[in-house]
This record gives sequence, C-alpha cells and structure tokens, in this order.
Amino acid sequence: MKTAVIVFPGSNCDQDMYYAIKDGLDEEVDYVWHAETSLDGYDAIMIPGGFSYGDYLRSGAIARFAGIMPAVIKAAKEGKPVLGVCNGFQILLEAGLLPGAMLKNKHLKFICETVNLQVKNNDTQFTKLYNQDEVIRIPIAHGEGNYFCDDETLKELQENNRIVFTYSGENPNGSRADIAGIINEAGNVLGMMPHPERAADALLGSDDGLRLFQSILNHWRESTHAAYTS
Amino acid sequence: MPLTHLEPSPEQIEQEKVYRTMGLTEEEYQKVKNLLGRKPNYTETGLFSVMWSEHCSYKTSKPVLKYFPTTGEHVLQGPGEGAGIVDIGDGQAVVFKIESHNHPSAIEPYQGAATGVGGIIRDVFSMGARPVALLDSLRFGDLDSSRVRYLFEEVVSGIAGYGNCIGIPTVGGELQFDPCYNGNPLVNAMCVGIMDHADIQVGQARGIGNTVMYVGASTGRDGINGATFASEEISEKSDEKRSAVQVGDPFMEKLLVEACLELTKHDALVGIQDMGAAGLVSSASEMAAKAGVGIHMNLDLIPQRETEMTPYEMMLSESQERMLIVIKKGSEEEIKAIFARWGLHAVAVGEVIEEEVLRLEHKGKIVADVPSDSLASAPVRHMPSKVPAVYLANQAAPAWKPEINNYAKTIKKLLGQPTLASKEWVTRQYDYMVQTNTVVAPGSDAAVVRVRGTKKGLAMTTDCNAKYLALDPNEGGKIAVAEAARNIVCSGGVPLAITDCLNFGSPENPEVFWEIDESVKGMAKACDVLKTPVISGNVSLYNETDRGAIDPTPVVGMVGLVEDLDHVMTASFKNEGDAVYVIGTAKPEFGGSALQILMDGEVSGKAPALDLELEKGRQGKVLEAIKSGFLASAHDISEGGLAVAVAESVFGTELGCDLKFDTDPAVELFSETQSRYLITVPEITKKDFEALVGDAVFVGNVTRSETVNLAFASSTVTLNRNELENEWRGALSCIMSAKN
Repeated sequence: MKTAVIVFPGSNCDQDMYYAIKDGLDEEVDYVWHAETSLDGYDAIMIPGGFSYGDYLRSGAIARFAGIMPAVIKAAKEGKPVLGVCNGFQILLEAGLLPGAMLKNKHLKFICETVNLQVKNNDTQFTKLYNQDEVIRIPIAHGEGNYFCDDETLKELQENNRIVFTYSGENPNGSRADIAGIINEAGNVLGMMPHPERAADALLGSDDGLRLFQSILNHWRESTHAAYTS
Repeated sequence: MPLTHLEPSPEQIEQEKVYRTMGLTEEEYQKVKNLLGRKPNYTETGLFSVMWSEHCSYKTSKPVLKYFPTTGEHVLQGPGEGAGIVDIGDGQAVVFKIESHNHPSAIEPYQGAATGVGGIIRDVFSMGARPVALLDSLRFGDLDSSRVRYLFEEVVSGIAGYGNCIGIPTVGGELQFDPCYNGNPLVNAMCVGIMDHADIQVGQARGIGNTVMYVGASTGRDGINGATFASEEISEKSDEKRSAVQVGDPFMEKLLVEACLELTKHDALVGIQDMGAAGLVSSASEMAAKAGVGIHMNLDLIPQRETEMTPYEMMLSESQERMLIVIKKGSEEEIKAIFARWGLHAVAVGEVIEEEVLRLEHKGKIVADVPSDSLASAPVRHMPSKVPAVYLANQAAPAWKPEINNYAKTIKKLLGQPTLASKEWVTRQYDYMVQTNTVVAPGSDAAVVRVRGTKKGLAMTTDCNAKYLALDPNEGGKIAVAEAARNIVCSGGVPLAITDCLNFGSPENPEVFWEIDESVKGMAKACDVLKTPVISGNVSLYNETDRGAIDPTPVVGMVGLVEDLDHVMTASFKNEGDAVYVIGTAKPEFGGSALQILMDGEVSGKAPALDLELEKGRQGKVLEAIKSGFLASAHDISEGGLAVAVAESVFGTELGCDLKFDTDPAVELFSETQSRYLITVPEITKKDFEALVGDAVFVGNVTRSETVNLAFASSTVTLNRNELENEWRGALSCIMSAKN
C-alpha cells in the first residue's frame, strides 16, 4: 500500500502520520506537498493535523483552496481511503467531503490529553480490527474540536451509522452528540479529531490507534487481492 | 519621507544629553565618542544604547558569569552562540538554551510569553538543530489578585498559542506562586533540539565579499528598544512602553524553521543568526565581530512592513521571525528558491567587507559607521556588593520548629497550595505529544523525549526553589542545580549540562548584587562537582517593582541522556507489594520549606544544607540501581518533603501504602533536607538493591488500597488517596474558574 501524507504550510503532525505508516505498518509512505496537483499512484491519502496556514481564519478554511485539494477530492470519489485527523478533519469539513463544522472548544481553551473513545461503527474499512463499542485510548490536542451540525445532518449521520467514534465518559470539547469522528456516505472518507497516529507505539502510552491503520491496510489488501482474482 | 530630519543632531545629542533617555550613562557616551573619534549621530547612539544595555551586553553580570564551568568532555559548543551543544553519541548532539521574557510579559502577557517561546526556538534552530521540546519556568504573584490571575492565564495561553501552532511539544517546566512576583512575573522558556554534528552552524560572517541576506518576516516598528526596556525596573510608566513588546506569528516561524533546516544542509551557508533582542543591529554586529570582519548593509533593501521607517527604527526593531544569514557569493538564487518554496522572502541586503565596521547605507547616504566589535564590547561594570542584614539575621535565627496538631489536615492543605498542586490546568493547554516522541509527559520528575531512530532518550527539567535562595543564595544556588540533576537521575538519565536563566532584581542595589554573586558561586560549585557545565544561558536583571526586588531566582534548565529507553523511570508507584525505601535521613530543616510558608506565610532561618559530595554519591547509586533494573519507581523528595512525595507517587494509581517510621513525624514528613529519595523496589530485586544502596531504609510496602498509612511511635497518620488527589488536582482550576 502506498500512502500519501499531504503537507500544507503549517502542518505539524505530518511526520507523526508518516512514522505511524512507516514504522507502525512498515508500508511505503511519501510526503506530498500542498502545491502538487496529482495523487495518482497512491492507495491511501492522509491529511495530518497542525495549523495549516496558521489557522488564523477558520481552521482549514484556506487549506481547502490548496492545489492538491482537487486531487484529494478526486481520490475520495474514486473510493480511495481518505483519513483526516484534527486539522485534517477540519479541512475535510471545509472542502465539503464531510458534513458539519467545528466550533471552539466549549471551555475556549486548547486541550491536550488522552481520552476514551468508543468505536460506534466497526464495520468500516478504518475500524474493522476494533470490536463494536470497544473503548480505546487515543490522544486529542485541539482548540477547535467542538463538532457541530444541524438536526437533519445529525439524524442522517445517526441513521446511516456514520458516527464512527464518540467520546466515552466526559465530553472534552462540547461536540454535538459526543461526536469524535464521522465517515462519508460511501464509507471511504473518515474525519476524526483524536490522533490515532499518536497512539501507534506502546512506548508512548497507547498503541490503540495502530489498528486503525492496520484496518486500512487489510482492506486494501483484500480489495487488491479481489481485483487480481476477479 | 522618513522623519530623519526630526532626529537630534550629534551636537544636540551631546548637549541635551539625549543619550541618557536612550539608556547610556555619561561614561558610556564618552566611551562611544572616544571609540568613534567623533560624536555619534542619532542612529549610532541608538545602536550603542541597545547593544550596551544589560540585556544584550551582560555588562554587569559578566564578572559573575566567569565563575561558571563551561567546558567538559561532551561539550561541543559553550556559551556565546545562539545555544549550547552537547554530544550524545552516534554523531548526534543535543542543543539547548533558556531565555527570559519577563518584562514584556508583565505588560502584554500573551504576546510577551508567545514571543519568548518564538525567540528561544530560533536560537536553537539557528544552530542547525530541529527543535524537539519546550519547557517553561513560570513565576507569578499571589493568585488572590485578579491582575495576577490575568497575567497567569494569558501567559499560559501565549505559550500554548505559539508552541502548539509551531508543533513543538511543551513537555515540562515549573510553576510557582509568591507575592514577590506580583507585578513582575517570570516567564522563562527553554528549547531543546537534536542535530547531527555535521550540521552545526555558527553565527559568523566569514569570507570577504560574501552576501548578507535577510530572511523571514518583514520589519515593522514593534519591539523598538525592547532590550533597553528589559534593562530597567518595571514601573507605572512601563505600560507606556507597550510598543516595546513584539507580536508573534508562530505560523511564520514554522515556515522559517523548515526553510532554515533545509538551508543548513546547503553548502552555500556560511553563517546564520537569529534577529532576537536588538534585532538587526545585534545580529549584524555580532556576526561581523565574531569573524573579525565588517558588514556593509543597504537599509533600503530591508523588507519593511510599514512606510517611511528610519534607519534607527529598522535597526532597533524587534519584529519577530527574522534571521540574518551569510552565504557564499553567487548562490543567492539557490537560497532564494529554498525560501520561496515556503513562501518566504530571502533578500540580499549587504556584503561582508574587510574593514571591521558595521556600515549602514540609507537613501544613498552612510547613516552609521561604527567598528563592529565596539558594539559587542560594552564596558564591564563592577558593582559594589553588600551582605544584606536580613541574610545575617536569618543565619543567626534560632531553628524554626512547627507545632502540628493534625498531620492529615496539614498534608491536605499543602497539596492544595498553588505551588504544590497539580499543574494539569496548565499542561493540558500545551500540546505535549506532537512529534510523537514524548515518553514521559509533564507531571513526573523530568520529561523524557525519545531520540527517534535510536534506543536513546533525553530527560529534561527546569528547577529553582527561590525560597531557599531568599534565605541563602549560595546554598540555594547549589540546591537548584542539584535538584535538577536529581530529577534527571530519577527519570533514568545521566545529567549532561545546564542552561541557566538568572532572574534577579536591580544589580545597582549592592544587596541584590551580593545575591547575584553568591547565587552564581553556589551554582558554579554544584556544576563543578556534578560535572554539568553551563553551555548557554541568559541574565534578566531589574526584576523589580515599587514593592522591591524579586527573590533571587536563577532557574536551572538541565538535560540528561537516557542511554536506553528501558531505563526510563517515573515517580508513580507501580505494583502492590513493592518495597518502599527512603534514602537520606531527614533533619529538622524547615527554613524556606513549603510547611513554613503554609504556617507563617513567609520564610525565615537557614535554608537546608547541601553536601555536594554526598549528593553526587547518591545520584550515582540511584542511577546505577535504575540502570540495573532494580527499581519500580523513583522520586526525589523536595518541596513539601516526604509527605508530598508519597502523595504524588500514589496519585493517578490504584495504590496506597503502609509505611512505618521510628522518627519524629514533623521532621520525617515535612523537612526539606536535601539529597533524599523515595524509591520502590519489587520483591525480586530487593536484595540486589539493598546491597547496592547501603543507606536506603526500608519503610514499608505498596498496597492495593485507597489508604496511605504513615505510622510513627506516637501516632499514625491515615490519609485517603482520593480525597487528597481531588484537592491536589482541583486546586488550580478551582481558583482560576471561581474567581474569573
């Protein structure tokens, strides 16, 4: 599996994502600069966290106009897995690949800690290796992670099982319906505020995030294997 | 048109003593005149006033800084460059420095703190290192004051805003509260970087004819005279100097870090230096002076954020996120391309010349022409020193003895004091995990950061208990270094070297100067014995308000090498049944203790004594025990004594302990006798541990329980972990949310 980690000016979790794939999965991974225009040849696309363009406007609002974004949207439409973490999630929202918006955390302060997440849907290509409703430990680090959407969208997300992760126990940022991660209708674009790439090595406290990347790899192997044999 | 015609003439500057308002003394002005052989013009007077300020020149502290040992087996770069460098093996090195941003933070706390972080990061990456961690040593006044709460909240936000955005984890630091910092908070930021030896850079302008380039943000009118401002006492008038505070842009700096790290791999780079305090003038004159050359600079080419800037304004601006680089002539276009990729300017603004002068051209005229080394060689001041009466009184005071009726209540109260309480309210605002190398997060004795691709780690801490120094600067100075080393050792690291931030009051007060002198002597002695040379540092004087000087607060930032991440140790108790040991006998030493502050509201008497040879021996034994795999936990016994150390060790666990002592409870629990440790050892390694550490005293066992039992001959103190932990964890957030 060949993975692209998109690098915007101000991305700062790009290396963490890179190493989660390279060291955690032992798979091929490249940094792809925001000014590039093609993602052909990549099997999975990762949009890492950080403060793209300083996030001086709304988080992710400038990044959605970057040269690489049409290629990200194209990859998403082709059914390739696209994972947006933290600022990457915000960018996916701004780009319209996922519904809803982010508000400032309810306490108005940046918050960094490892939280409990519940896997609400393990029937996705990102979460196959988790048990349904399993509680996992994944770090969060954000100032604008308070997910908001209107009633209609929320209903749609709930009815179609598109809420993949929720905060378990205390809701750290005020997110609607405790939402921590959602997926698109086609099931190949996942946005989440928590950082699975920070939980890919037991030395740092938790490797609960590694199974997310392994799920993507397994799905890719199964689908390419199916393609070869059909 | 720049308003240069409104500037006073050289004659007016002399006759009307304009130089005085710019911060130069009578003698210094005469010296400038002699150096130039003529009267300096306005721009030149400005260059000298800022470069000869205490902040840039260390003119007062230089004689004292000589006490510090600055060399050692592993030191690759000592003081004098952007940051110091220490070898960590395998062709790699650790780079670190601490710096103050006290004065700006006192009047504009968010930007003051943020730009303090930005400045220290530039010092580290200008050496060629990738910054991997930040630490912050903070001091505030009494949290009962709404002004202090405002300063505290905004300083923390400023540090978080900058560090989180730029993507460098803030992994540690310290936080203390004391009325002596009312109105004059201390904001000291430390940055640690990792690099390959081959990439070491220097801030030198070598090679006649080479090109001087300006990179990064453009120059505005912010921060003009910031260094001079930082060399005065804070007063009611300080608010008028708000324009001396700079504004930070962490996104710009993130781009600058990446571009400069690309640049350091390029053969064309000759020298690089941050435009920090005193901006262009310091970077240009220092780079020239260090290489024994001159620089000719055309100010018309300086990227300017505002119109009609005068040479004075451009040279003295402290706009952030700027660097000065010297590159081989002819490689300008390649260098520009590196910066362009990151959306940054790189502009050729001058060249290296043979004549040893800093020559500035503006609108076709030479507006300043001064010997390059003259700016960097302010006349050293030898200040008078006087032993303070209060020191003598404290030395002669009878020993302080606490009368404690309820031990459990006293312990709970101690844990609720802001200085001792959990710092989670602060640390959870900092991204301490980004870069995914944080092995030990904030909260243990020292933070540990992995060196990616190796088995190694770096342990890092900042320490200074100013209350000991208030009573005895020499002993307190020694303790600051020793405690930092103890924290490194308890985390499994070998102490390597220190950086220091010397925060004091006005050196013009002989009693304060005596404190400076004695503190540094004490620190230097400890550095000698513990083999931790000083590789970088910063001096912040004039930390005074109308209430007087702050307590002497020379903050020690120390980095240690964890040779194998298997050695990483933390303070928390680990397993039920583990044996608990205390190393070191408590003596009735309460001067400057947390207990004394709690009971009296002030400190008195003698500071705890430190035996450096004993300290060194014990550190060696504890480290050996950790490396041998004998220990389950290690914690140094410091502020609040054994009682606080035990409580901290059970917090965040499901464990308690049953401990028994045949000593005096007040002394055993609250004394702050130095060189003591709280250790737990699994049954299987008990014998080996006891054989190695002969003076460890077995005091009981870890239990799976909510209860901590401390049994003494006269009585038993029973504590409930949950109750104590709630008090400790909630104290700061309770104060900050209830009173806002």
